[in-house]
This record gives sequence, structure tokens and C-alpha cells, in this order.
Amino acid sequence: MLNHAEASEKFIEDAERTTWHDETLWFVRSKRDKVSKLLPEWEALREQASSIKDHTLANLGQYLEEFETKAQKNGIIVHWAKDAQEHNEIVHSIISKHGGKALVKSKSMLTEECHLNEFLTKKGVEVVDTDLGERIVQFRNEVPSHIVLPAIHLKKEDVGETFHEFLGTPKGNKDPQFLTEAARQHLRGYFLGANVAITGVNFAVAETGEFVVCTNEGNADMGAHLAKVHIACMGIEKMIPKRKDLGVFLRLLARSATGQLITTYSSHFAKPREGQEMHIVLVDNGRTRQLARDEFRNSLKCIRCAACFNTCPVYRRSGGHSYHQPVAGPIGSILAPNFDKSANVDLPFASTLCGSCSNVCPVKINIHEQLWFWRQDLMKEGLAPLGKSLSMKGMAFVFSNPTIFRMAGYMGRLVMRFAPFIVNNSFNPWFKQREMPDAPKESFQSWYKNRK
Amino acid sequence: MRVALFVPCYVDQFYPQVAIASLELLEKLGIEVHVPSNQTCCGQPMANSGFASSTEGCDTNFFKNFEGFDYIVGPTGSCILHLKEHHPSEKIRKSVFEICEFLVDVLKVKSLSANFPHKIGLHQSCHGQRFLRLSSMTELNEAPFSKLAQLLDLVKGVEYVYPERADECCGFGGTFCVTEEAVSVRMGQDRVESHLKNEIEFIVGGDTSCLMHMEGILKRKGSKVQVKHIVEILNHA
Repeated sequence: MLNHAEASEKFIEDAERTTWHDETLWFVRSKRDKVSKLLPEWEALREQASSIKDHTLANLGQYLEEFETKAQKNGIIVHWAKDAQEHNEIVHSIISKHGGKALVKSKSMLTEECHLNEFLTKKGVEVVDTDLGERIVQFRNEVPSHIVLPAIHLKKEDVGETFHEFLGTPKGNKDPQFLTEAARQHLRGYFLGANVAITGVNFAVAETGEFVVCTNEGNADMGAHLAKVHIACMGIEKMIPKRKDLGVFLRLLARSATGQLITTYSSHFAKPREGQEMHIVLVDNGRTRQLARDEFRNSLKCIRCAACFNTCPVYRRSGGHSYHQPVAGPIGSILAPNFDKSANVDLPFASTLCGSCSNVCPVKINIHEQLWFWRQDLMKEGLAPLGKSLSMKGMAFVFSNPTIFRMAGYMGRLVMRFAPFIVNNSFNPWFKQREMPDAPKESFQSWYKNRK
Repeated sequence: MRVALFVPCYVDQFYPQVAIASLELLEKLGIEVHVPSNQTCCGQPMANSGFASSTEGCDTNFFKNFEGFDYIVGPTGSCILHLKEHHPSEKIRKSVFEICEFLVDVLKVKSLSANFPHKIGLHQSCHGQRFLRLSSMTELNEAPFSKLAQLLDLVKGVEYVYPERADECCGFGGTFCVTEEAVSVRMGQDRVESHLKNEIEFIVGGDTSCLMHMEGILKRKGSKVQVKHIVEILNHA
């Protein structure tokens, strides 16, 4: 597997596509700026959302239990899963009970995190992602590169080719409306035939035992309303205390995500309709571990709007797949080490710490600070490559000793002035695409000494 | 008031003119400036690489050099931010100031004798802007302001313009500039291009590290546009 730096280098090789990717996502960030500035109370809303989430996380156990009781009263069957494996098994057991061979699934980052598709496919169940972007990447055997815009790494030409291969659309047709219609016709059959529908959950309301699913395509509703069985999968951090809190979160979510005033469908599922079976799977999968870490607890406030993706200058120029995780971008980089430190040691370093992510975050997660904390944590665990630890030790030594620092600086400048080839070569990553700074004859300190 | 000039390690070695301009500018404003001779580095390169645990020697050396001053002023937002957030001594954390911040908030400078008849592109470095709050940020719903622009307004002849995406990061990012070389350079190239679109003669900012990165890119592409630290403009006769 390529690390973030290697994968990004490959992505950037296609300069034109990188420009297109950067500009497309910047356009989304600009839309977000525009609509957020139409609300004088925007910053107050962020503050309120952040406090509600703080409060909820501090009392999560209580709210989860309240939710369970209310949901059961409403006739929803509630399941608890401690990890991805348990989640997948629970979902599979429900499907088996109903003899399902194919199911429709709307967007759920949790099921991506748990690798549910792979699990079910191995068990002989066909999973059909019904979100257009997700269906596209599913055809291509890829994972989403963005949590709101799963196929944002692809151009319409790419989609045309994929649909030609899988749906038999005419070769070379890249008309978005035509291709979308082809997907609709293709998905219609699955919607009508599936007896199980899986959806994600954006918000679960403790007060009422209902959950809210936000989509722009209506695919979650179509699936859930047609199927005999509805399974909703959610991470335990999706809880909010009261229905009225939605007045804060729904306003922030769509504006932050796509610059819309409201998501097209914000559907409340409170109880099964007659003859329907409704399940909800509450998944921990490392969330309680994160909850117990003071520095990282805040990451659980995330409402998956992806504003931090769109604003991140690194993400826009490296693409979601370079993060090799279901959730990419800045938020993904602080969530991933919780799952596997050693496999994700590169991600907290895939940032300049510019801080734009924390500024756009609708629930005020201190993303850039958590990136910094993860860097410390991972290096303390001894996950640095040997060369890096050595160079850091060397640096620490030089900077602790003024005499050695002066000498090293003097020697360094001497080398750069009289033997520049020693630094101006391909072993120096700075020099590959940048000139080195000019080495002045004397340092400031030696100038200052002579000035007196 | 006892004022010390903090000269970041790479400014001392590669950009002495920035430290000289800082010193001269403060002296012109009637400040007696001390320059501790055994200063080295703020410790940020190690800390941002995940080795904050190795900065003890650096922190101690900084403390020894600067403990006796009321104000520690430096011409680079990023190093100052690091000290403000992470230096173990509260006295140090409270005494460090980025130079524009010091000029505007402490000295409350209302006039300068500077003259710089050129068109410049103003680069707002992230750490100075977002964390030292040297200027407003495009992500937030807040009234626009900029301490850098406020100072440039006191300079005769200068015309400053912002690039498109006024506060996008240039991609330097400390060791990021070599560990993520491809992204770093691509970000720098994009930033430089957006400045060049404005037909400027200089890219000017408050953080020498960002300027060094953009200078490397400008030179490689053979551009005649130069970089300058804002103190070089404020000190320009």
C-alpha cells in the first residue's frame, strides 16, 4: 500500500486533473462560504452545535439508553455491536432470516468503515449501493474518495466509460443527464425487488427514539419505503438529545456540506409501517476508546459534512484515495489512527497544519490540534522511521548548543556557496522542484557582532 | 520596557536581511533592542514532526537567552505561535510577539517614514493569520481586518493586492515541505501563480519560511518576481 505522500505524488502527476479536482472542490467551499455568510448567527450556530455535542458525548451512555427505550417502544428492534465484525454479523443474520439475496443500501460511511459490502458479498448477498456516486465507485471496485461526493475523483468521461462497461450505455456518451437516467433505470429494478434496505443515520434523537437520514437523491427513502425490512446502521456518536436540536444541525449540515440551504430529503424514521420490520444497529467500533482520550474525544462530534475535505489544500491536491481509509481528508486523518496506529501513521502528517479545517467545521472540532497531538502520540509509540528519529535527535542536539549551531550554520552556508552540488541534487527533496535559498556570506548574528 | 529580538535559526543563517530590517525598524521607533547572542531555534521543527518530547534542550536554551525581557519580538508568525502555545515557561509564552502584532497592539504605531513605490502581493501566512489573529479569516463570518495591511497603509507608494483565495496555504508546512514534497510544491506553485496573475513585483508576507518556499518556486520557474518580508517594506526608506 502506498503511503499518503507516495499516493499523492502519483495523483499530482496528472497536473490537469489535479487542477480540475482542486477547482471543483474549491467551488463547493466557496458555495459554503456564501451561504454561511448569509446567516448573521452562523458562528453562534456553530458554537451551539458544538456545545450540544459536548453535552451529548459527556452523557452518551444515558442518551443511548434513552434512545433504545424510546425506539423499542416505537417498535424498532435495537441491536448493539461492539465492533465491525459484530455489526456485519448482526446485519447478515437479519438478512438471512428474511432469505434476502440482494439488498439496496443508501450512503452509510459506517458500513464502509466496517467493510460490510465485502462481508456480505462473501456470504453470497448482492449489495447494491443506490447513491449515484457510490454506485459508480462500486462498479469500478473502488471506495468513495469523499464522504459526501463519493465519486468526485472521476470526470463525466470516466463515468461514461464505466456505464458503457456495466450498463451498456453507448460508448463515448458522457452526458450527465443521460447517464443519470441510465442509473435510475438500472437501480429501479433493484429497488422494486429488494426485500431488505440498509440506510445510514445522520442523527438519532434520544427524546423520541427516531432517526433522521439526509440524502439529496431520495434513495434512502425509496429503499426503506419499498423493502419489507429496513436496517439502519449508526455509530453511537450520532446521538442528539432532542428533536429541536435538529434545528441547529440540519441548518449547519447542508450549508457546510454543499452550500445548500437544506438537504433535499431530511427523513425522520420513527417506527415501522404496518408489515415492515425496522432494525437499528448501534455500533461502537473504537468510539468508546476515542471517547476516553481527552485530546481526541472531540473528533466524535463530527456530523460528516466534509467541509474540512473541501477546504483542505492538501486533500484538494491529493485526492481521497491517497488517504487509504474509508473516511479521508482532515477528519479521516484524526479518526484513522484510532483504528490502527501503525497503518495510519502517515495521515496526521498529511497536513501543513494551516488550520482551515477547524475554521470551517460546523461543530468546531479542533482538527489541526488533534493532528498535532496524533503526531506526538505516534512518534512516542516508536512509529517513526529510523532516519527520522535520528535526524530529529540530531536537530535537537544542534539547537540545544549555540556554539555547535553557529558552526553548523557556518559550514552549511560555506558548502552552499562553494560546493552547491552537495545540496543541489536529486537526493534533496527540496531541490527537486525548488531552488535553495541563497547562502549569505555571514549570518545575522555575525553581522550584529561586527556592527557594535 | 526591555525588548529582545528573536531571530529564528533559518532567518539568522539564510535571511539576515529580515533580522536586520526588524532591528532597524524597532530602533527607528525608539526601542532599545537587545539581541541575545546564544539563541538558536524555537523548537517547532521537532514538535510539529511529532517530537515535542525532544525539545527540552531547545526550550532551556531559549529560556536562558530570553527570560530577562518584557517583550520577545520575532519576524515570523509560525515560530512565535509555537512558543506561545508550547514553551514550558508561562513567562516566555506571555512575552512573545510576532513583530506586526507588536507594532500594532503594543507600540500602537500610527506613522512610519517608509517608502516603497511598488505593487506587491500580500501573502497571509496561516499561523500568523489563523492563530495569532493577525487578520480576519475567510472561513469565518466576521468583519474583515488585517494588521499587516494596517501597517502597509502607513507606507508611502506601496500598492498591495490579495491573490484569489486570499488565505489559502502556500504548502510550506515545516518538514511537510520535504516529506510531502509533491503536494507541497503543487500548493506553492498554485499560490505563486495566483499572485503572479495580479502582475505584482514582490510577494510580501510575515513568515519567512513561506516566503523561502515560494522564492524557491519563483526562481525555478525563472520569474523576476521577488519575495520580501513585510519588515523590509516597513523599514524601506
